Amino acid sequence: MKSILVLHAHPAPRHSNANTDLAKVAQEVEGVTFVDLYARYPRFKINIDKEQEQLLAHDVIIFQFPLMWYSTPSLLKEWQDLVLEYGFAYGEGGTALAGKCLLPVVSVGGPQTAYAPQGYNNFELPSFLSPLQQTANLCSMRYVSPFTLFASLRARNDGRLAQHTTQYQRLLEALRDDEFDFESAKQLPILTAENISSVVGEKK
Amino acid sequence: MTGLLFQGFIYLCAAVIAVPIAKRLGLGSVLGYLIAGIVIGPITGLVGSETQDIQHFAEFGVVMMLFLVGLELEPRALWDMRNRLLGLGGLQVGATTLIIGTIAYLLGVPWQSAIAVGLVFALSSTAIVLQTLNEKGLMKSDGGQSSFSVLLFQDIAVIPMLALIPLLAIQEYLDHLHDDHGASSGGHGAEMSLVEGLAGWQVAGVTVLAIVAVVVGGHYLSRPLFRFIAGAKLREVFTAAALLLVVGIALLMTLVGLSPALGTFLAGVVLANSEFRHELESDIDPFKGLLLGLFFITVGAGINFGYLFDQFAIVVGLTVGLMSIKALVLYCLAIIFKLKGADKWLFTLGLAQAGEFGFVLLSFTLQNGVISNELSQLLLLVVALSMLLTPALFIAYERLLLPKLTNEQQRKEDEITEQGTVIIAGTGRFGQIVNRMLLGNGFKTVVLDLSAEAVDRVGRFGVKTFFGDASRPDLLHAAGLHEAKMIVVAIDDEARALEIVRHARQVRPDIHIVARARDRNSVYDMYYAGANDMIRETFDSSVRAGRSALEGLGIHPYEAEKIASAFVELDLWGIRQLAELHNPDIPPHENDEYIKKAIEVRDEMDRAMVGSTDGHKGAVDRAWMPPGHRPDDSEQ
Repeated sequence: MKSILVLHAHPAPRHSNANTDLAKVAQEVEGVTFVDLYARYPRFKINIDKEQEQLLAHDVIIFQFPLMWYSTPSLLKEWQDLVLEYGFAYGEGGTALAGKCLLPVVSVGGPQTAYAPQGYNNFELPSFLSPLQQTANLCSMRYVSPFTLFASLRARNDGRLAQHTTQYQRLLEALRDDEFDFESAKQLPILTAENISSVVGEKK
Repeated sequence: MTGLLFQGFIYLCAAVIAVPIAKRLGLGSVLGYLIAGIVIGPITGLVGSETQDIQHFAEFGVVMMLFLVGLELEPRALWDMRNRLLGLGGLQVGATTLIIGTIAYLLGVPWQSAIAVGLVFALSSTAIVLQTLNEKGLMKSDGGQSSFSVLLFQDIAVIPMLALIPLLAIQEYLDHLHDDHGASSGGHGAEMSLVEGLAGWQVAGVTVLAIVAVVVGGHYLSRPLFRFIAGAKLREVFTAAALLLVVGIALLMTLVGLSPALGTFLAGVVLANSEFRHELESDIDPFKGLLLGLFFITVGAGINFGYLFDQFAIVVGLTVGLMSIKALVLYCLAIIFKLKGADKWLFTLGLAQAGEFGFVLLSFTLQNGVISNELSQLLLLVVALSMLLTPALFIAYERLLLPKLTNEQQRKEDEITEQGTVIIAGTGRFGQIVNRMLLGNGFKTVVLDLSAEAVDRVGRFGVKTFFGDASRPDLLHAAGLHEAKMIVVAIDDEARALEIVRHARQVRPDIHIVARARDRNSVYDMYYAGANDMIRETFDSSVRAGRSALEGLGIHPYEAEKIASAFVELDLWGIRQLAELHNPDIPPHENDEYIKKAIEVRDEMDRAMVGSTDGHKGAVDRAWMPPGHRPDDSEQ
């Protein structure tokens, strides 16, 4: 059994369209430690020691956030800047995170078609997340392709949010119970509610 | 009574007229006092022989000055200057005594008298030099510090000199003295003494005991005593206590045959670390100034012009010769001790006169039959004239030498500039925090508080605080207002705080003032008084309380944070809106326009807080609005 840490970063939960539901699910899964970063650090004063201890105590680290200007919300970036210290996460003696998993759980406003060379966002979504991927590499972590909700503003009304939420729960359980197929997941650049069943197996 | 008033009137009148004129002409206050003395003495004859008695009294100004010098000098600083003190001071006194004594002997003066003359002229004028150095801000320069070392050594050296001189007595002069004055010539000898008739070792014992009493008493007794007196909250009683301290120590020292100036200097050094230091300084300072002024006046008034004109060539010749020799010795010492440029010349010219202790020693040598009456008359004139010429030498230094040495001097001044200090008025809950933050980051602070209990309380936690009313200008100056970088006015008495801000701004247009304000109106008042930053004492904590309340009611902490910062922003906007209508002369609740605008501003703020975009800024909700949403859309 693996322990999972969900670091949730949403600066305006009042305006959240999808993340509130995802957060609710994450809090309900056994074995998951859920942290609302903006609630824990409303004044951006991050307690580095506490965060590092928490990282050490978990096997799977999930960044759950709405994509903002093609990047993480600013507090999550601040968190990376401060917590992933030299000598802890990387560099000489920085092996604290080696072997752990890093998984982004992302909601984006645009549809998947927009995230393409022909789309208005010009790039595939993984390109925008490449800094996270390389961060995981540098920290000798195992990077998992982002579990993504596209067109999140419409997701509730067209019924996709419920499906996404269910699959999120399944994903968390699979990671916890060692039922996640990392090798197959590697073949998929993006994980979605539609393709995730191939890597988490059927729900028992 | 009328006579006393008349004399007081004459002295004060002379000082009040002559000193400002002298200062205006760039001559310095010392020369002003000397000229005032000459005018009321030899020239108009308004005062007569009583100046001798007044001079003895006024010499107490020197005692007070050394007390103040001691207060400025912590024991460690004194220890740090031991090399200069003994080296520079010892060599100056030794070499000058030797050269002048030899010359006097060669001129036909008996060898005993020659030694005495050498000793008398080796001394310089602590009063004139320190006063002038302080006035011109040269005290902290290398030259100023070296001068101070020499003066201090001289003041100490007076004690063994007083012991040595009676051994030089010449029988012929002693007989002469007794012929003149008969049996009653005891004169000053009738003064009280604790050590008269004691054996040598007993004298030594009593002397050591007195010094120990000053040091130990100053260290351990002064605090509870001053705290007790300060508790009475009567300013004049504290002043009386300060005077009592100085007078008491001077008396004790006189009783055991030590120099009162040295004793009070020692007491000053002991108290330099005390929290009452600035209060003592500002209490004693006016007395010192007046007494020293009086002393200089009596020097001017005491010049015997008749004798001067009779012996004009000799007096002037001797004076110039004396000053040249002293200057030469000083110049050589300056080279040996590696004083550079302007400092070298300041040291050389500044100490080239004879001093007030010269008067004391001269009358002492005369009483002990060491020199003849005629010689002492002549030498008294030389001492006075050399003192009279000293301010002129300082002027020559400033006007003629300094411009040539300017470049070097400027570089030097950069080096000696102390790190600017921060004055913090008030060490209550407000000032304490400010002080801790500044100290923790390496800034030097001077903390003042009106309450002796508060000073004591924070003192127990190791926070250095000085007792005193910071709204008193003199105390602010003693705390270093003229050179501080910043003043933080952290007291809760609004009227007093305003006074401090006004005064600080008036004296120092360039200083940064951080002021504690009670409320919004007090912000305006502080602004008009000249504060740079006005900090409302409870505003920030109220905002934080509001934020905590919102969090407690289930608002997301980051949301609450945004609301709080939006509120601060809006409030600042409101303050600026109302500032134009604020009228310091009308209380806000009677200012109709102000009230009308205040209500408008408040409504606007409320609208903005609930997040409608037609409000001031939509301050809270504008952030992180997803595309396609309106702020008033209900949550989905």
